[in-house]
Amino acid sequence: MVKGAEVVIIGGGIIGSSIAYYLAKEGCEDVVILEREYPSWGATGRCGAGIRQQWGTEMNCRLAKGSVDLFKDLSAELDYDIEFAQGGYLVLATSQTQLEQYRRNVSLQNSLGIPSKIVTPQEAKEIVPILRTDGLPGAAYCPTDGHANPFKTNLAYLRAAQRLGVSFYKFTEAKGIEMKGGRVRGVLTSQGRIETARVVNAAGGYSAQIGKMAGLEIPTYSERHQIMVTEPLDHLFDPMVISFTSGLYCQQVPPGSILMGMGDPDEPHSHDLSSSWQFLQKMAREALKILPILRDIRVVRQWAGLYNKTPDAQPILGQAEKLEGFYMAVGFSGHGFMIAPMVSLILARLLMGREPPISVERLSLERFERGELVIEPSVVG
Amino acid sequence: MDEDTVICRCEDLTLKDIREAINQGCTSMEEIKRATRCGMGPCQGRTCLPLVAAELARATGKKADEILPCTVRPPLMPLKLGTIAGVDDG
Repeated sequence: MVKGAEVVIIGGGIIGSSIAYYLAKEGCEDVVILEREYPSWGATGRCGAGIRQQWGTEMNCRLAKGSVDLFKDLSAELDYDIEFAQGGYLVLATSQTQLEQYRRNVSLQNSLGIPSKIVTPQEAKEIVPILRTDGLPGAAYCPTDGHANPFKTNLAYLRAAQRLGVSFYKFTEAKGIEMKGGRVRGVLTSQGRIETARVVNAAGGYSAQIGKMAGLEIPTYSERHQIMVTEPLDHLFDPMVISFTSGLYCQQVPPGSILMGMGDPDEPHSHDLSSSWQFLQKMAREALKILPILRDIRVVRQWAGLYNKTPDAQPILGQAEKLEGFYMAVGFSGHGFMIAPMVSLILARLLMGREPPISVERLSLERFERGELVIEPSVVG
Repeated sequence: MDEDTVICRCEDLTLKDIREAINQGCTSMEEIKRATRCGMGPCQGRTCLPLVAAELARATGKKADEILPCTVRPPLMPLKLGTIAGVDDG
């Protein structure tokens, strides 16, 4: 193992690997990624693969739009097909009140260049012909939302970073962070010590634990979210279909199988990754309410991953005020994959002391102490 | 076995695809699964995963029983959504 590095990144998922890539691209190749397991072991490899720009806060809209702009050219840039496709997102409303909220979201999104719109039940049915629209007041739709293969996107960034000189250590755990005089001095790992002045916490579900190693209280917590996938079918529909009322999301992915997930409001804070029968039943019932034609389709696999949540459902980005050299890209609250490209470009610029493409000062760790929260209302799953 | 031999019928993967994943740095079954989708189709790896384990053992110089299998995920048999939801009348 190397003895020192300019930057040590803890976490080899989509966030860690893309920060490493953008750092190397900005000219800093002396970068180490530590991954306790292997690429996509954590939330990246367990996520729903959706890429949505229809958010309720300006910050999330801008991070998401910027990411879609980067996703478009990513396969070519990284020389690896990440299977990015823009099939849209159809956001179902279940009441007039909710539809009114969507109208406000759409006008915010439009003002930021996101081409979302409100659609009638008939239009929704044209977009997703198998959708049951009885009692549906309407929906929001953005045709440039989409999806990509999370495993491949993770590997694409990682391999490109490695080609530029980044060192990747899998099955290597960060055990401690050395500090002196309010500054980061090194990282202790299961394979030895690395001297460094800058560490990036990109540990997903374990972000608070890494924070503790640095003496910081990061107000993130993890929560199990379950998901399942069916056997492959002929092409039925393009967009991700979601509902903020039930918390359901559902999409037909490129192999033809239908992926669906749903949150449980009673889920405790934990690192539990087990699968439950209760989820399977609740999920099947909710899915058949809106897509009844799928009743004879078979589920082949279910699994679970962690949402790493913050009190305002927006991520924590940037350097800690109390510890020089400790950077964070954590607390993505279930939407880390889709905003990873822009977030990581921003982090790389901040690490290099350069101007980021979007200012993320409002996403600092210290916003929680100051009570400066901007709550994102549009979280699903 | 020649390189065009199909290893994973569900995902249409050949021995060449598996070797490529190993050559690109995959050293465990879970990594090969994620890189190639091997074992993610309707049969959930019943045919392909033992073959992949044998290939990985060969490539890494390990014994077959030293290769950790992929996590087994429920349901163990494919189940209809309607059956799970309890609305299946058949």
